Amino acid sequence: MTAALLEATDLTVKFGGLTALDAVSFSIQRGEILGLIGPNGAGKTTCFNAITGVYRPTAGSVVFDGETLGRRKRHQITKLGIARTFQNIRLWGEMTALENVAVGTDARHHTSVPGAIVRSPRHRREEHEAVERSVALLEFVGIAHRSEEKAKNLPYGDQRRLEIARALATGPKLLCLDEPAAGFNPREKAALIELIRNIRDEGYTVLLIEHDMRLVMGVTDRIVVLEFGRKIADGPPDEIREDPAVIAAYLGIPDDQS
Amino acid sequence: MNTLLAPGDGLRRWWSERSRGQKWIFGVLGFGALALLPLYTPPFLDTPGISFGGTMAQFAMVAIIAVGLNVVVGQAGLLDLGYVGFYAVGAYTVALLTSPDSPWNQVGHGEWFAEDWAWLSCVPIAMAITAISGLILGTPTLRLRGDYLAIVTLGFGEIIRLLADNLSGVTNGPRGLNEVAYPRVGQSAELPEGVFSSGNSSGNANYGTWWFWLGLILIVAILLLVGNLERSRVGRAWVAIREDEDAAEVMGVNTFRFKLWAFVIGAAIGGLSGAMYAGQVQYVAPPTFNIINSMLFLCAVVLGGQGNKLGVIFGAFVIVYLPNRLLGVEVFGINLGDLKYLFFGLALVVLMIFRPQGLFPARQHLLAYANQARRLLGGAERKAPS
Repeated sequence: MTAALLEATDLTVKFGGLTALDAVSFSIQRGEILGLIGPNGAGKTTCFNAITGVYRPTAGSVVFDGETLGRRKRHQITKLGIARTFQNIRLWGEMTALENVAVGTDARHHTSVPGAIVRSPRHRREEHEAVERSVALLEFVGIAHRSEEKAKNLPYGDQRRLEIARALATGPKLLCLDEPAAGFNPREKAALIELIRNIRDEGYTVLLIEHDMRLVMGVTDRIVVLEFGRKIADGPPDEIREDPAVIAAYLGIPDDQS
Repeated sequence: MNTLLAPGDGLRRWWSERSRGQKWIFGVLGFGALALLPLYTPPFLDTPGISFGGTMAQFAMVAIIAVGLNVVVGQAGLLDLGYVGFYAVGAYTVALLTSPDSPWNQVGHGEWFAEDWAWLSCVPIAMAITAISGLILGTPTLRLRGDYLAIVTLGFGEIIRLLADNLSGVTNGPRGLNEVAYPRVGQSAELPEGVFSSGNSSGNANYGTWWFWLGLILIVAILLLVGNLERSRVGRAWVAIREDEDAAEVMGVNTFRFKLWAFVIGAAIGGLSGAMYAGQVQYVAPPTFNIINSMLFLCAVVLGGQGNKLGVIFGAFVIVYLPNRLLGVEVFGINLGDLKYLFFGLALVVLMIFRPQGLFPARQHLLAYANQARRLLGGAERKAPS
């Protein structure tokens, strides 16, 4: 087996006296879709934020593609190849859909102020590339016809898709989706499953946080279950479905058995 | 009220529908007409109380400031209340290097600059020094956000003014620095010191008009360069930071570096305007760099429409022209020119209630090759299911 793309070891995040994440270890293999689930407040988003550099882990380490994330800045982590979407959509509302995605492609570009002022050959090459890749990504997620609209004017579902396109534009090895199906109806969820599979088939590794069990069971290769900041199960969807600890976490345990 | 305050919408729509070639033609015609204004001043525009050429020169300087401040406030969304500090650094750099009152005067025999070229040589130096002051101010403070940044910049503006006021040994304190250098161009028998000197004070093509023309050329140059920045990775990063700084950082934008760039570029443009001011007035003293002027510059940007380069130039025109126009106009024995702050205060309150985005709201173009995208998408739209 090749080395895992991401290896989290004893990841711990404390907010004052509250331990949001308690020595959680898991790995993400290249090319898989890993689901991260758990009841409300289990620490899913905290785990996510610790990986993407939004929070600094109190203890433990994350090794991504052979590099320790440690105290790297958030934009450096993005350049290493981790991209994410947000649970509560955070697009740049005044920019068009196309421009939103173009900022994502800029993560791989190097033109700065001097190059842009004189319109250097590299600037022009990168601008062409930004437009081509952004258009291609908008087509890939299926909202190319809205590319010139301001992000804030897009319908909710398209905004979620735009967030995915923007994250893909940064050229990630690992794409982290934070509850991408929140607020979706069943038909939109089916379309989203399709999109996530397409993303995996393009060669991306996907980490998926999701509440909707049908979606998680339908699309993931493996699932990690958190409860109260601890990992309680790790395995393929079929196993997780039968796991008594997981069932207990979600449905509770009758009093006479506890 | 809303439609009354929105003449900008129709105008902007019309402008954005023009092709790039047409924009150039209209732009050149517009600037040509503007340049001819002081020579053929329509009576309703004229400023009876004060030289119209001088008013327009002041307008050009504030317009340069507004464009520079617009980079910081309008594009990158960093509220800078002490922008006048950069204006002061630019003006004092020129004055300290060329005024005979200054201990660092470098004009004359055996010094750095020949008299004819002193002002022009000082302009790049003034811009470089203001850019460095922007770097020095920005490096520690740009880690702050929103209100905190605004307070620190406010302090910076005051520190510069107080330094100028109190370092009497260098800046000559409140007495100011006299006889600052200016470009020696167009010398003749009637005007031995050239068209830019304050000796050229009669007629329509007086020294104010000449400074206005110089300012117009600088404005066009700055607009082109700032436009290049806007339609690039840099402009996109700025707007992304303005809209949601955390999201920008997570999407790979080195937010601190781009904020610092915005600060440094804005500072350099402010320094250029300060250098113009020093040359035109030929006298630099601390009261000019009052904090209230900082507010007026910000007022020009907010009034014109944050983020809109041409809009803020219009804002600058309003800020400079109206007080000069009303100077000497008396109603019930009150000089309306004295009430300018009252008018601007009222105007801002009305604007914030009915049209917070400004008279000409921004619609920035952030891609160098937007037409290429439209071509690519032309194919996509036909493919897309209806």
